Amino acid sequence: MASGEFILEMRHISKSFPGVRALDDVSIQVRAGSVHALMGENGAGKSTLMKCLFGIYVPDQGEIVLDGKPVSFDTASQALDSGISMIHQELLPVPFRNVMENLWLGRFPLKNYGVVKLVDHKKMYADTKAVFENLKLDIAPDAKVLDLSVSQIQAMEIAKAISYNSKVIIMDEPTSSLTQNEVQRLFAIIRKLRSEGVAIIYISHKIEEILEIADEVTIMRDGRNVGTCDAKDLTTDLIISRMVGRDLTHRFPPRENVPGEVVMRVENLTSTAERSFREVSFDLRRGEIFGVSGLVGAQRTELVEAIFGLRDIRAGNIRIEGKRVEINNPIRAKKNRMALLTEDRRATGVFPVLSVLDNTLIANLDKYVRGTRLLDKRRGESDVNKSIAMLRVKTPSSATPMESLSGGNQQKVIVARWLLTEPEILILDEPTRGIDVGAKYEIYTIIADLAKRGKSVIMISSEMPELIGMSDRIMVMCEGRVTGILNGKEATQERIMTLATQFT
Amino acid sequence: MGKSASDMLGGITPRSVREFSSRNAIVLVLFGIVIIIGILKPSFLTLENIGNILRISSVRAIIALGASGILISKGVDLSAGRTVGLAAVISASLIQRSDYASKLYPHLPDLPLLVPIIAGLSVGLIVGAFNGFVVAHLKVPPFITTLGTMTIVWGAASLYVDRPPMGAQPLGGLRADFTNLGSGSLGFTDGFAIPTIILIAAAVLGLYWIMLNKTRLGKNLYAVGGNCDAAIVSGVDVKKTLISVYVIAGLLYGLGGVLLAARSGGATNNYGNMYELDAIAACVIGGVSTNGGIGTAGGVLTGVLIFEVLNNGLVVLGVSAYWQQIAKGLIIIAAVALDIRKYTRKR
Repeated sequence: MASGEFILEMRHISKSFPGVRALDDVSIQVRAGSVHALMGENGAGKSTLMKCLFGIYVPDQGEIVLDGKPVSFDTASQALDSGISMIHQELLPVPFRNVMENLWLGRFPLKNYGVVKLVDHKKMYADTKAVFENLKLDIAPDAKVLDLSVSQIQAMEIAKAISYNSKVIIMDEPTSSLTQNEVQRLFAIIRKLRSEGVAIIYISHKIEEILEIADEVTIMRDGRNVGTCDAKDLTTDLIISRMVGRDLTHRFPPRENVPGEVVMRVENLTSTAERSFREVSFDLRRGEIFGVSGLVGAQRTELVEAIFGLRDIRAGNIRIEGKRVEINNPIRAKKNRMALLTEDRRATGVFPVLSVLDNTLIANLDKYVRGTRLLDKRRGESDVNKSIAMLRVKTPSSATPMESLSGGNQQKVIVARWLLTEPEILILDEPTRGIDVGAKYEIYTIIADLAKRGKSVIMISSEMPELIGMSDRIMVMCEGRVTGILNGKEATQERIMTLATQFT
Repeated sequence: MGKSASDMLGGITPRSVREFSSRNAIVLVLFGIVIIIGILKPSFLTLENIGNILRISSVRAIIALGASGILISKGVDLSAGRTVGLAAVISASLIQRSDYASKLYPHLPDLPLLVPIIAGLSVGLIVGAFNGFVVAHLKVPPFITTLGTMTIVWGAASLYVDRPPMGAQPLGGLRADFTNLGSGSLGFTDGFAIPTIILIAAAVLGLYWIMLNKTRLGKNLYAVGGNCDAAIVSGVDVKKTLISVYVIAGLLYGLGGVLLAARSGGATNNYGNMYELDAIAACVIGGVSTNGGIGTAGGVLTGVLIFEVLNNGLVVLGVSAYWQQIAKGLIIIAAVALDIRKYTRKR
């Protein structure tokens, strides 16, 4: 299959950010008329490599050869002009504008009116309709993006990338919010593009997808290319072991927790927002690790944020140890012995310029107020130092600013912050996102240990192996509703996927 | 039989009424205020008084339109008022009557009318280009950048009219052809004339509407303010967009300064003081989001009119100047609190 000439070569690319070597001498070669998959765990450097190709990052070293000519892009518009387009992992719509303005942003069709050139809305509408019809998409060109579902937005962004008629199309997690049918439709489009000689760089965590659509696979680990080979020579196990770089047997620590009586009962919880979670019910037991699975748009984060009092609910209730509780803000949640590790560590977790000490104590300052109303700094420091030692946070001292720690260590500090509040229920939203493999194992160990000590853990994760490896039970959500609660032992990726796409 | 009341009203249903009123709430508020003040004090609704409000609103609308573009780009411009002031003194100084006793430039010959206008516009252009460059290229936050230029421009305006040892002097004795821009009218037929300044503001409003809705720059502006990352990866030249917006804003402040001097027949270094805050207030009342990406020319105009109608109405009603300030402040906060509900209700 992979027979075309190399349309794109990236040679010896290196890129560093403060404190991290994101790419270390990476080379890849992509053939025209082929699908080249890029795989690796979170933080392996796939997206960084693609951002270097697309002109969003400028590599520190290395060269890019497109169609036999060396190129270097400072801006995305140069990459687009040279025939490279990209579907971005983080969906990037302009929310308050309509679909067609998003589609043609950066290249609006213009019409001459004497001396001035104005945007040609008629042409824009017609062109948008034509692009969507070709891809069999049913989205109105003048619909506001704010009114679209996540999967419609993703479809719009796919259509946009394809509409550039590029030689190379980068697809970074293009199916994260698509249904099974939509994925198959995307694959039909990809096959058509491939037959027309387009090269597609396809990034995905979904191994079955890769094995189905890719011609060649490059696997990255810790910012390096650990090998490129034909997709037909690969199996799921082989891919995983290369991605992880060690045997699968020790991916998760042994768990010795024994789930006990019900600690929290969630009944019929329904959001005030229209497209959010509805009629969610589940029990959480003492010493249990309760996984929550679902695709993007399943409203998992919205659900746990509502439980923690950050979002409004229209109906339903929560009982803790049998007593009905009214939690409408995080202060109440804390009083009810709950803790929430938020999904987006950078946005809602760390205070980057504050010290590790301040970051740890911030959720818990009441405990350290003395009679004089001043803070008991010594007791705070000694508690923080104990936590740092217990969770094995790698930091020079508790006075070190948070921003100079690695992602994994920052995450541990946030865990320490919440443990100081002595919670009974810990909600962990994507606790290992953006953390390197070694640190992941340590986070798993901490979670397993907490459960063993009788704490109840709700863990949201988009990485199914992690959920299957760590959870006693797994609740699967689809479009805001619970589609099933699986016993940890009987859960498989297939069963979870079936439930996660039930309504689609 | 079976015909509902709404059918007979030509498709006016409670739902369509609700939708219309939520979309045009701000226009309804304007009419409401006008009617209430008109009932309390019929003299408010005389042609003369309304003409007066519109003339004052003309300058304010031109300035607010400039400020709105910057708000849409997710910025803010604190230098607007002082730029208006600098443009006013510079243009005024170039068009003082030759027989006026205390001219700033005693030996300046009579210059063509175009000279002070171009000078005023140039002042705005230079300040705007400077702001745009600093924001786009040096990445200084707009609040800080324009806080700095606000101070610089005020200093420059004061220096310009400073005549030691007497200090800063007001500029008076402007030529009639210049002041006509601000207080004259253009007659179309006998007995029917429209104030020139209103015509200029209407033209600016129309051009600005076209810029926002029909040009590439306008669309890019909404994208940059609404989601800058999306604009970058779509190949939008963010720096060029930002600089253009600041330059256009500067030109409008310059024009505002020229018209302000023309309308009042003079200028001092204190002209335009606090206009930036009035402009921002009018913008947010008119639905421009301080978080960027949202705003319309019509909304800005409505916001300005609400502000000026209140200003004038409270005077007509005999409310003391101090209470006027308190009322205006409350209205700004109430308007934004209402507007924000649209976005925060659904969480």
